Amino acid sequence: MNLDSKIPAGALGDKWTDYKAKMPLVAPNNKRRLDVIVIGTGLAGASAAATMGELGYNVKAFTFHDSPRRAHSIAAQGGINAAKNYQNDGDSVYRLFYDTIKGGDYRSREANVHRLAEVSADIIDQCVAQGVPFAREYGGLLENRSFGGVQVSRTFYARGQTGQQLLIGAYQALSRQISTGQVTMYNRHEMMDLVMVDGKARGIIARNLLTGELERHAAHCVVLATGGYGNVFYLSTNAMGSNVTAAWRAVKKGALMANPCFTQIHPTCIPVSGDYQSKLTLMSESLRNDGRVWVPKKKEDAVAIREGKKTALDIPEGDRDYYLERRYPAFGNLVPRDVASRAAKVACDEGNGVAPTGLAVFLDFASAIQRYGKSAAHSQGLDENNKALVTKLGEQVVEEKYGNLFEMYEKISGENPYKFPMKIYPAVHYTMGGLWVDYNLQTNVEGLFALGECNFSDHGANRLGASALMQGLADGYFVIPYTIGTFLSKEIRTPQIANDTPEFMKAEQDTKSRIQSLANSSGSQSVESFHRRLGKIMWEYCGMSRSADGLTKARKMVRELRDEFYKDVFVPGDADEYNPELEKALRVADFMEHGELMILDALDREESCGGHFREEYVTEDGEAKRNDTDFTYVSAWEWDDNDPKLHKEDLVFDNVELKTRSYK
Amino acid sequence: MKLTLKVWRQKNSKAKGELESYQVEASEHMSFLEMMDVLNEQLIAEKKSPIAFDHDCREGICGSCSMTINGSPHGPQTGTTTCQLHMRKFKDGDTIVVEPWRSKVFPVIKDLTVDRSAFDRIIQSGGYISVNTGQAPDGNAIPIEKDLASNAFDAAACIGCGACVAACPNGSAMLFTAAKVSHLNQLPQGEVEKTRRTASMVAQMDKEGFGMCSNVGACEAECPKEISIEHIARMNRDYVASIFGGRKS
Repeated sequence: MNLDSKIPAGALGDKWTDYKAKMPLVAPNNKRRLDVIVIGTGLAGASAAATMGELGYNVKAFTFHDSPRRAHSIAAQGGINAAKNYQNDGDSVYRLFYDTIKGGDYRSREANVHRLAEVSADIIDQCVAQGVPFAREYGGLLENRSFGGVQVSRTFYARGQTGQQLLIGAYQALSRQISTGQVTMYNRHEMMDLVMVDGKARGIIARNLLTGELERHAAHCVVLATGGYGNVFYLSTNAMGSNVTAAWRAVKKGALMANPCFTQIHPTCIPVSGDYQSKLTLMSESLRNDGRVWVPKKKEDAVAIREGKKTALDIPEGDRDYYLERRYPAFGNLVPRDVASRAAKVACDEGNGVAPTGLAVFLDFASAIQRYGKSAAHSQGLDENNKALVTKLGEQVVEEKYGNLFEMYEKISGENPYKFPMKIYPAVHYTMGGLWVDYNLQTNVEGLFALGECNFSDHGANRLGASALMQGLADGYFVIPYTIGTFLSKEIRTPQIANDTPEFMKAEQDTKSRIQSLANSSGSQSVESFHRRLGKIMWEYCGMSRSADGLTKARKMVRELRDEFYKDVFVPGDADEYNPELEKALRVADFMEHGELMILDALDREESCGGHFREEYVTEDGEAKRNDTDFTYVSAWEWDDNDPKLHKEDLVFDNVELKTRSYK
Repeated sequence: MKLTLKVWRQKNSKAKGELESYQVEASEHMSFLEMMDVLNEQLIAEKKSPIAFDHDCREGICGSCSMTINGSPHGPQTGTTTCQLHMRKFKDGDTIVVEPWRSKVFPVIKDLTVDRSAFDRIIQSGGYISVNTGQAPDGNAIPIEKDLASNAFDAAACIGCGACVAACPNGSAMLFTAAKVSHLNQLPQGEVEKTRRTASMVAQMDKEGFGMCSNVGACEAECPKEISIEHIARMNRDYVASIFGGRKS
């Protein structure tokens, strides 16, 4: 298979401009006759559906939630990057591009990433115009903060709820299009299959989750914006419903899954506390702006803390190991996520972890509180040496910045983070891998597009903080509305697609059989128990560190688990009713196959890069050892139940020199 | 801790529902929904139908979860969604009554799951700023006073869960509608459409069948995001202005 990335010719900085100048357009009278299906209403899906509606396409949008506003983009906390250089600190489109390529450990496409950096500034303007209440300075201008892996302040934010505010903005734009009839919204509908007609994606089979009824929806093309697959690990920061099903169904129809092993483990999550847990909670990376990460230097102190005999406050300054500041003096606590996560794992593996499980490190705000407090006292003309006053003022500043996060931490852990340092540990958070797409965001299947976390294109082997929101909105507001024209301009003579052709009827029948086989299963084990076991295997062998032996073993285990699942799963209720357990069963079934592909990909990639850390490929001081000679490619997998086939797209770096990533 | 749960079970929107009792063993570190998960696992093991409830992010932000716990929407802890409520707020031996949102505009779909699509229709009636993608001026072109932006944010923090409606003795959706009206009307970008937005959203709210506001204040008390009824006052002011003409209020 020839993987043509369709990157426009010309200099890096001119590609997108030239592309827009020369791309084929669809006239307004033709847009009215073209139907587009959008699956998912998160940042990417909602912004794409709204914008294509504004342009005049007939859009049908689908979400499995009860409202488009509930998509998991809503939970993003920290912020959104943009190369505005409002802070005059040397930021530029090139620097955002460079940071993203470097942060992704040189495993993403130059042209796509540069386009992302170019449109980043427009996103902020668009969101402000929609009424997104970003943080402001006293002068009324937009405020910024810094995030991991970069040395400028380019992150725009709305308290600790940036994702919520951006999604509400996109949801409102979408609602406006729904009110004009330009977008038809299907809530509580899940995509069950992709329908192909003459080699093109022409529709979907959707299940109405309230009635169980299957529906055939036809269109000229299909856009997937269905998020990531982090829930394959069972425990992750993803919402309970986040799943791989729509993307996986596309893979089963011939779409390629790219770099599935690139998963992001976020360093600052609330640690696991018990077996009953079904998800983990993230503490925004923005906290690392002001929080210092440490563990006790002495093992006996760590043990005493684990046993509850000592607290963090009993450990004198000299006995604390601020290991990120020690190992990475240039970036300190703001190293990228993959580096911070692995360092936490090393600290805990060495026996210095601090929660009862031994799997946690401290994130301490004491010095930030003192620093801010002193500054506040100074500017208000108060006594800077009054410790109690300084602490009080400092806590107020910290509360203003991170109040809702501190509150959330306290609700979950029962501990006051203003007084005691937070306990944190890495958890699965984001998946850089996803459907393979070209420069047009079209998959290898004609007429099938993938946006946002659902595609693989921009983050390489590791995503920088505050870049997921940027990519989702870039794809939806500013990329797909243009690039979809390359396909649709050739479809202006295609009449409305009928939904009762043999292709649709067969897809519907196949879906029905698939659902029936699970709905009628009379096994003895719950869906949840299978999902939990799958997650354990994935986390153990395909999580923060991976090895050939472990991965080989894991593949066999996942296969066996899949067989057992079909033999012994129990799904209560019927197929023709509202049945959340059945929905879960269908999703877990797809996770089983996708998980196997992740393992295969991790096995193939015999190097350590970004979030993918292979124990066999390490430098002397324990850092990841990348292999640019043999692995500077995108792995794009074609599914086959026996032997998935690997296709490679070589990555070409014309503008950036491949260097060992150093944050020291 | 050992608990007795009395949970509203209703097979579908047409069926008659009733409270059923269950015994469940929980740990004080569990969230309320994790305790419900444990109960559901128990039911599935007994080959019984698990309790249906809406939930997703479990971080208090998606607004999916919607349980009336011992008569209070989202339970006893102020400023907290059901998913963020932890069992340490309860005692060993407690009996806990769990019901769906109470509102005729939010019909029960099954057990604790209700239909809140009326909220979407209120937003569709005017809860947006009419700006197409690509039309925006530079983000710093219009300075917005820090306190104003912060005030607009307080209103925009609404998660659309519906606790305000469930808490109100009149079943009013004033706090939900006002939060959106106040968020947008305060900002210079949203001020242009203020009159039309306010009139249209209030009309839709009435059309859906939500009750009138009589200043009880239960909505504010039960709102998991602690949204103030000051926003209702602002909407009322803008609403009056929309009736008596004049774009200025």
